Amino acid sequence: MTILIQFGIGVVFGLGLIVSGMSNPAKVLNFLDVGGIPAGTWDASLAFVMAGAVAVTFIGFSRVLKLARPVFADRFYVPTRKDIDPRIIAGPAIFGIGWGLVGFCPGPALTALGFGSASAFIFVAAMCAGMVLARFIAQLSSATRIVTPGKPLEI
Amino acid sequence: MVATSFTPIASLLGGALIGLSAVLLMWTTGRIAGVSGIAARLFPPYEDRQFAGRLAFVAGLIVAPVLVRLVTGGLPAQTIGAGTPLLIVAGLLTGFGAVWGSGCTSGHGVCGLSRLSARSLVATMTFMAAGMATVFVMRHWS
Repeated sequence: MTILIQFGIGVVFGLGLIVSGMSNPAKVLNFLDVGGIPAGTWDASLAFVMAGAVAVTFIGFSRVLKLARPVFADRFYVPTRKDIDPRIIAGPAIFGIGWGLVGFCPGPALTALGFGSASAFIFVAAMCAGMVLARFIAQLSSATRIVTPGKPLEI
Repeated sequence: MVATSFTPIASLLGGALIGLSAVLLMWTTGRIAGVSGIAARLFPPYEDRQFAGRLAFVAGLIVAPVLVRLVTGGLPAQTIGAGTPLLIVAGLLTGFGAVWGSGCTSGHGVCGLSRLSARSLVATMTFMAAGMATVFVMRHWS
């Protein structure tokens, strides 16, 4: 039952990507191209995608997170970290470069598979390899972290 | 480059659907709708038992255009102006960076900003700036 619901929620997300224009890399690149503002080729649409998504999520989260628990889980799994570490800048910087090269971020890239394009398959295969590599390196670095006696281990 | 037209209404509506999806996922499963996190956890090491749910969500993303084609008989334009080497490099950077930075456009950009997370704000500003700088170099420096 929950599997089917998560499938349906994925479909809604994918429809949102298609309706909004996010599934078209050309549109994304034209938004990121601030150098195109003087020439009039800048496409501001992506800002409206963000505005629509954040508005609905902000209102929805504020109501949902007041509930005692989710419908099908024991608790809400919401990130609690607040520190600004090097990884929270380095990771998004690397991600942003990849995003700017082709115009795909992970969601639209996966949805592009359903468009049937060969380019999307190549991109997604490489993206998955990059994801696996990042998790592998993160695991290595956490496994070799020096533990100071008497101090609690920070994960 | 391929010219695209400004679509404020469609983009706002589509964005609202993305937001609705994020709210529904939180309400039902208590999880953040971060696509990079969901996709990356389809690969080992497995930390919990959410594999099937994550796979179902990703399958939904992929099936969405198939449904649109079935219902409307067509799909909106999708222009990918990159060759294989660039697709591979960009894919590697996108996947690696999103996981290394604990999120992408959906996890940090949509869900994180909606939770007023400072980490997500830093991440979102960083990937927007990096994306803009990259497009600037690719289009205006060559």
